[in-house]
Amino acid sequence: MNIVFAIAGVVIKELYRRKDFYVLFVMTAVITLAMGSVRFFNDPKIALYLKDLCLLLIWISALVIAIATTARQIPAEREARTIFPLLAKPVTRWQVILGKFLGCWAACGIALVVFYLFFGLVSASREQAWHATIFLQGMWLQWSMLAIVIALCLLGSVVFAAPSSNATICFVIVGGILVLGRHLHKLAMQQPEPLGSIVTTIYFLIPHLEWFDVKDFIVYNNDSLRFADCALASLYAGFYTTFLLVATWIVFRRKPLNT
Amino acid sequence: MDRLPQKTFEHVRKPGPYALLALLGAMAFTIGTVLQIRVAQWAGRSEPGGLLQTVLGNGRRLFANHFFVQADVYFHSGYYPSVFDAVPRNRDRSHLRQKEHDHDDQSEEPRGDAPAQDESSQHEKEMAFLREPQDWIDRFGRRFMVTSHQHLEGGKEREMLPWLKIAAELDPEQPETYLVAAYWLRDLKRTDEAEKFLREGLRHLPNSHELYFDLGTLFYEDRKNMDMAANLWELALKKWQAAESAEKKPDPLHLNQIATHLAKLEETRGNTGRAIELLVIAKKVSPHPEAVQTWIEELRKGGPRTIH
Repeated sequence: MNIVFAIAGVVIKELYRRKDFYVLFVMTAVITLAMGSVRFFNDPKIALYLKDLCLLLIWISALVIAIATTARQIPAEREARTIFPLLAKPVTRWQVILGKFLGCWAACGIALVVFYLFFGLVSASREQAWHATIFLQGMWLQWSMLAIVIALCLLGSVVFAAPSSNATICFVIVGGILVLGRHLHKLAMQQPEPLGSIVTTIYFLIPHLEWFDVKDFIVYNNDSLRFADCALASLYAGFYTTFLLVATWIVFRRKPLNT
Repeated sequence: MDRLPQKTFEHVRKPGPYALLALLGAMAFTIGTVLQIRVAQWAGRSEPGGLLQTVLGNGRRLFANHFFVQADVYFHSGYYPSVFDAVPRNRDRSHLRQKEHDHDDQSEEPRGDAPAQDESSQHEKEMAFLREPQDWIDRFGRRFMVTSHQHLEGGKEREMLPWLKIAAELDPEQPETYLVAAYWLRDLKRTDEAEKFLREGLRHLPNSHELYFDLGTLFYEDRKNMDMAANLWELALKKWQAAESAEKKPDPLHLNQIATHLAKLEETRGNTGRAIELLVIAKKVSPHPEAVQTWIEELRKGGPRTIH
């Protein structure tokens, strides 16, 4: 397991050496603060639009960090030919996959903590209240969702030739699930056969990432979620992540590494 | 250095460069005079909407509706039908100007006015868009979404205002945006902002009877300025009649609203004759003409008034 953690450590170091996170965080902060400085009808108590905007930017930034960081991991190792000395340590291919996954996931977790701290400060400064439970639940669920996204992107990085195509496809899939996932069964009922059955099958096969989006609960200060539901959703995320990681390993273990 | 020949400045005597300079100066002056008129026009445009108008053109109206809907989403704390839910497209939006307790309390409305109860039940029906869960994914997924129909209350209605402001900037010719924003601003005791916003609406929609009526209501209920209220409601009545003459098909229920409110005010001021005239107008379009007729008869008798 030490080998896995060592690989993960390298990925985390890469996050703070690259500028992606800093750029996205500064952009989020600047946009949020600029919008926060706008006064609508001279009312300083208006807060929800700012929370909504900030959370949206956090979601976009987290997805960009997760997909952009993960998509280049294995292709970069292959292109620089550092994969060969890495595998000669000896490190198994499963350990490479697991290490890369853990590194990317932990890097996203660190980024999320920073983003949510900023969000918490903005929210508390406007509302003079700290809804810690729902904030933590929202962050945990988002991090759980990112585990699925990272595993999906890792699978894409051993299937597709270029990181750019992998990243684009991942963005389309994740965006599509977040927007349409909840409504696919409604769409399926309106389609003629066999399209209806195909859409229904997709509905039951895809990971329902939209469950993990509890922005509405955070923005509107609704009651916190039941912990049992969060635990079940986390298990669901764990199942899909494991499935995708195993699939990645199956593809990767037989894949020739010459570029 | 001493051996080098000393060079003196050679004075330019050719007229070409001076003519070119004069030409450039004339051009700059001409462009300046042309642009000055345009700058004055730009300054006259609605303040922050000017840039949006310049950048987006008429396309901004498409976004305006999105932001108005966003205000509605906020009003329902996120409980809102998506495009995939079976909800009528042209949904009634009058609920956006109703507080929770308004549904039951109509004692302030003049007799013969349209009841809010029917609108409320209609809204409840429209918002019952969540059907029974069809499978375990649907059932479990609902634990992570807002599933109860509730409206913002206790001053939180202010959260809708930014979206309404943006919607008004994007489409300044949509009276509903001003009406909803002004309603909640008044409810939040921000009468000055409400008046300012309604007057901004009137600058864009000088013939809007809805805006004149709401401005009159603001003066009647908040400022307690009966003369101003009466003048504005009279203006609203004229604008409604002008719209009807122009065959714009204004809402007859709104005529009923204007006429009954104005009649009530005139009755209070002792102008019984004018009040009866207005009630005759209201009776033609009222959903409860018998109640209006009773009111007219009471006024004609000059007997003791019941509280309207």
